[in-house]
Amino acid sequence: MVQLLVFYLFAGIVVASGLMVILARNPVHSVLWLILAFFNAAGLFLLMGAEFLAMILVIVYVGAVAVLFLFVVMMLDVDFSAFRAEASKFRPLGVVLGLVLAVELVLVGGAWAFGDLATGAGQAPVKAGLSNTQQMGTILYTDYVFIFQAAGMVLLTAMVGAIVLTLRQRPGVKRQSISRQNARTPATAISVERPTVGAGVDTSGGVQ
Amino acid sequence: MIGLGHYLVVGAILFTLGVLGIVINRRNIIVILMSVELILLAVNINFVAFSVHLGDMVGQVFAMFVLTVAAAEAAIGLAILVIYFRNRGTISVDDANLMRG
Repeated sequence: MVQLLVFYLFAGIVVASGLMVILARNPVHSVLWLILAFFNAAGLFLLMGAEFLAMILVIVYVGAVAVLFLFVVMMLDVDFSAFRAEASKFRPLGVVLGLVLAVELVLVGGAWAFGDLATGAGQAPVKAGLSNTQQMGTILYTDYVFIFQAAGMVLLTAMVGAIVLTLRQRPGVKRQSISRQNARTPATAISVERPTVGAGVDTSGGVQ
Repeated sequence: MIGLGHYLVVGAILFTLGVLGIVINRRNIIVILMSVELILLAVNINFVAFSVHLGDMVGQVFAMFVLTVAAAEAAIGLAILVIYFRNRGTISVDDANLMRG
């Protein structure tokens, strides 16, 4: 009974905040609603007994992805009010598409039943006496270790790609060049001048 | 008691909301990216619900990989968005024809 109540609480908040993500006027508010949706989806995962994924969802999505969104939304100086006027134009089309999709999903869900094969032995049956995290570890690092490595490669590629895309070399910025610094010797760095009185030393070419 | 159907309904509603978000915020690419995240969250809810219902851990492993790809996609998408804004001064995707495609 309590479980059902908690389920409806989490599910209701997930759906409501998902709705607010797409309807909020301010994208910053959208991101905050998205964070709320992720927290409550993590609650749903906990309710299902998938503790590891629930914690990963909080850490990865709330801690990294949502904050990334927040940074980008706040960093870009975009006039979002212009989009708002246009958004209402697409709303009837969106509602029609959404309704069609929802009806189709309900039809598929209603007409569908498990076959005999599906309910039989799975690839990695849940073992009694092990916690969810232990079970994930025992199959993730053995049966699925190559896919796990591939996921790491995907993340590495994404990291390198994001850095390469956003790195820019601006002209006219003074940077430290360690190799040039180390290559300097007293012979090139110091010069003894004998200026005539009142003339000064012209270093407009830069001191070597 | 809470069955598989309950979670599937939540997943279906979230998926529909994500698609709806893509359609009604067609100009605002930041909200489109957030809608994609919602869709992937719905997919993950389905994966975990089936995994628990069938007593098979593979669904949860796959949900973790979906999460990985979603994080990578968000990072790359936002990086492209940042350089697009730097070049054009706007994030309107209506006139996105830089590549003349």
